Order: sequence, then C-alpha cells, then structure tokens
Amino acid sequence: MTAATLSGRVGRRAARGATAVVRSWLLFAILVVIWEFAARAGGSKFFPPPTEIAVRAAHLWFTGPASSLFLTDAVFDNVFPSLGRMLGGWVLAAVVGIVLGMLAGRSGKAMDYVGPLFAFFRSIPPPTLIPVFAVLFGLGSGMQIGSIIFGAVWPVLLNTVEGVRSVDQVKVETARSFRTPKAYWLGMVVLPAAAPKIFAGLRVSLSISLLLMVVSELIGAYNGIGRSLLDAQQDFDFPTMWSWLVLLGILGYVFNTIFLAAERRVLAWQPTRLGRD
Amino acid sequence: MLKLLRGLAGLVGFLLLWEVVVQVGLVSKTFIPPASVVLVTVGDLLGDPTFLRDIVATMLAWLIAIAIAIAIAVPAGLLLGSVPVLRTATAAIVEFLRPIPVAALVPLVLLVIGSGPEAKITLGVYAALWPIMFNTIYGMGEIDPVLMETARACGTSRFRILSSVALPQTAPFVFTGVRLSAAIALIAIVSTEFLAGSEVGLGNFVLIASTGSTRFDLVLAGTVVAGALGYLINEGLERLGNRLFRWSTVDREAIA
Repeated sequence: MTAATLSGRVGRRAARGATAVVRSWLLFAILVVIWEFAARAGGSKFFPPPTEIAVRAAHLWFTGPASSLFLTDAVFDNVFPSLGRMLGGWVLAAVVGIVLGMLAGRSGKAMDYVGPLFAFFRSIPPPTLIPVFAVLFGLGSGMQIGSIIFGAVWPVLLNTVEGVRSVDQVKVETARSFRTPKAYWLGMVVLPAAAPKIFAGLRVSLSISLLLMVVSELIGAYNGIGRSLLDAQQDFDFPTMWSWLVLLGILGYVFNTIFLAAERRVLAWQPTRLGRD
Repeated sequence: MLKLLRGLAGLVGFLLLWEVVVQVGLVSKTFIPPASVVLVTVGDLLGDPTFLRDIVATMLAWLIAIAIAIAIAVPAGLLLGSVPVLRTATAAIVEFLRPIPVAALVPLVLLVIGSGPEAKITLGVYAALWPIMFNTIYGMGEIDPVLMETARACGTSRFRILSSVALPQTAPFVFTGVRLSAAIALIAIVSTEFLAGSEVGLGNFVLIASTGSTRFDLVLAGTVVAGALGYLINEGLERLGNRLFRWSTVDREAIA
C-alpha cells in the first residue's frame, strides 16, 4: 500500500466524519444564528442573543486565576457542589435500587406484597416531599441528596425486579443442576441477564436526579446551579439566567452521552442488542 | 385476588410501620405526623370543596397538556421516523433540549408566560413531548417492511401510507409513550404549581401547607393524593393499553 492511498483513505474517513458532524449540527447552528438575529431585531430582554449569553457565561465561569485552571469561584461554589449532590444521590439510589430489586425480584411473593406500594411511591411527584426532607435534614446537602434518592430509586428498583424476573428459565435450571453457589449465581447469571433493564432504569434515574437537583436547589439551598438560576431571575439578570439554563442543557447532554457510551461498552456482549438509543 | 390481598397487606404493613416509627418517637411528630393522622386528613380533604377544586385544576391542566403533547409529538414522530435526513438534522437539538429539567425552565416560563394555568400546561407539554415522540420514532422502526412496500406497490400516496399503515402499526408504541408521558406530565405540573405558586392546584396546596401554616399533615396528605392519582392513571392506562392492543403481536418495550 502506498503512502498516497493511505493518506487518501485517512482523508476520506476524516471527510466522512466531518460530514456526519456537519449534518447533525447544521440545523442546530442555523437555529442559533436565527435566534441571534431575531433577538437583536426583537430586542426582548427576556431572550438575549446567544452571543451575549456566551460572553456572559465565559465571564461567569472562565475568568478565574490560572492556579485554578481559570475556573471562577462560581464554578467551585455552585457547579461542583450541585454535581456532587446529583451524582452522589444517583449512585446511592442506584446501589439501593439494585440491591433491593435483586432481593425482591428473586423472591416469588415479595413483589406481590410490596409491588403496589413501590408503584405508588414512584407516582408521587418528588418535589412535593421536598418540604418534608427540608425540615428533616435542614437546608443542606442532606435534604437535596435525600430528595434525589427518593425520586431516583424507584425506576432502578422496579426495572431491576423486572430484569431479574426475565432470566431465561433454561439458565435457571442449568445453574441449579450444576449446583452453582449463590454468589456466583447472582453475580454471573442473574445480574448480567438483568443488566439491560437495569441500565434502562439507571438512565431514567439519571435525568430524575438532574431534575431533583435543580428543584431542591430552587426550593431551598445556599448554593448550587438551581440557586444561582433563581438568583439571576430575581435580579432580572437574563443573560446570566440563560447561561445557567444552557449549562443545564450541556450537563444533561454530556451525562447522557457518557452514560450511553458506558452502557454500550458494558452491554456489548449482548447478542440481541439493538442499535437504538 | 390473592395478589390484590397481598398488595393490600403490604400497604397496611407500611402504614403500621409508619405509625409505629412516629409513635415511638424516631422522627418528630410535627414534621412527619403518624399515618393515622395523615389518613384522617386525606379523608377530610376529599370532602373539602376547595381541595377538590385544586385537584380538578391540576387534572384539567394535565389533560390539556397531554392532548397538546400528543397532537405535536405523534405527527413529529411519524415525520422524523420516516425521513432519516430530518432525524439526523434534528438529533442534536432534541438531545440538547430533552435533558433540560422542566424545573429549570420554571423561572423562564414565569417571566415570559406568568404564573397562570398556561405556565403549568406549557411545562407539562414540554415534559410529555419526548417519551411520545421517541416511542413513535421507535415504533416506526419496528414496522414490518413488507407492509410498507405492499402499500407503496399499490400506489398508495405517501400521506395515506403514514395515516393508514404507519399510524395503526405504531399505535401500541405511541400508547406506551403516552402512558410514560402521563406520569411525567403530572409530576411536571404539580412541580410547576409548587415552584411557581399558581392560584389553584395540588402543588399549590402543598406549597401553602408547607410555608404558611407549616401543617405537615396537609403536606403529606396532598402528597398521598398526588401519588394515588399518578398510580391510578398509570394503572388505568396500562389496563387500557393491554385491552386496546391485544391484536398487536410486536413485543413492545417502553423506552423513556
């Protein structure tokens, strides 16, 4: 193979990648440009043009000292605590949900007793319980993490139960005839078989965690993204408010992308895995 | 029948546990009143016209939001599902808009629309759009190609294929999306009422109970009613879906 064809191939691949990027982001870019012109023409103070938002966002987050990677105090005081609570709450909810779901799903009758109760808990709009968590834990991280866990645990739990229930009967009987030890059975047969369902539940919980992180901070917190958003709104500082909103969109997008990549990697062995999102 | 009894036994067990934990004094009685008190409050509230008006306001907003969301999301899903170019072009926008939590939009909506019923309906629609749209697109991918090609070979027009072949074939998926959206929209509407303090509604009731008078029996009673409504809606839609789409052989899995 000569160098020319090799570079040609690399070039073609790069070109194809670039086309894909352009194709998926073109409309997005066009809309942003339209927004820019419409906002400048309309002059509504509620909808500042995207360039103004971008400038404000850069000023808000990236004008810190070099020693802290140019990140400002706003990032350290508001973004990181929010992310910590959200991910902390999500991970705790995931652990609790998977463990309880495995226990309840393994037992034949347990779900008959607690299933309707769990379905009822899942139907409760979590924000209405935030006042209760607030008086129990105070206006700190405890209340926020508590609300996130309460909201995020049910999809994981119920999906785990469903996944555990869906283990192939042949596998169940094979494992039994080999007298597979219980720990092996749970870790090597049940958990992998339930994994696709568990991941579906985890993904729902991730967006619930993001939602509750914001809601709990809107209701009562001393710092955080939601708190900053509310402050900006109350000061009628719309470019700043939009900056935080855009940050939430970016965070949601990034979390979703990372989660999907992880899911694809973990579940790559699944033979019937469909290429859907 | 046995299953129902066991479910009831579980419920009674939970209520007893709640009662005992509070009566023994593990948690403060002011902040978490015992189950007996909350249940009596629920009973009182259900006979209270003001509270019933709150429920009606919330449910009405919910119905309108779901109707609007279906009217937008189903055609959008059919369109995106049948034109791949369009789907690629809009993927970035959708993936950026979808994860923005509804609650984060509350401050913006309050400013632009105000705190009337329009605000909660708008956010309810926003939250309900995505599951319906994604399930419609997903359902489009599951249609038997032979059906589509037969229709095309018979010279059926594009619009006719969408309305008479694609739509009935995707209906079970659309319904799954509606069921998911129903729960999400209710949560979004109650949350908006709670955050924005609209004039009537279940969320507003909880807000007033928790801030003004700090009556936590009312907060928990309102929460229980909201949860029961959500549960009944979900359960009802699930039964309805099973009955309506018994003819459909495709294995449909909810995607959220």
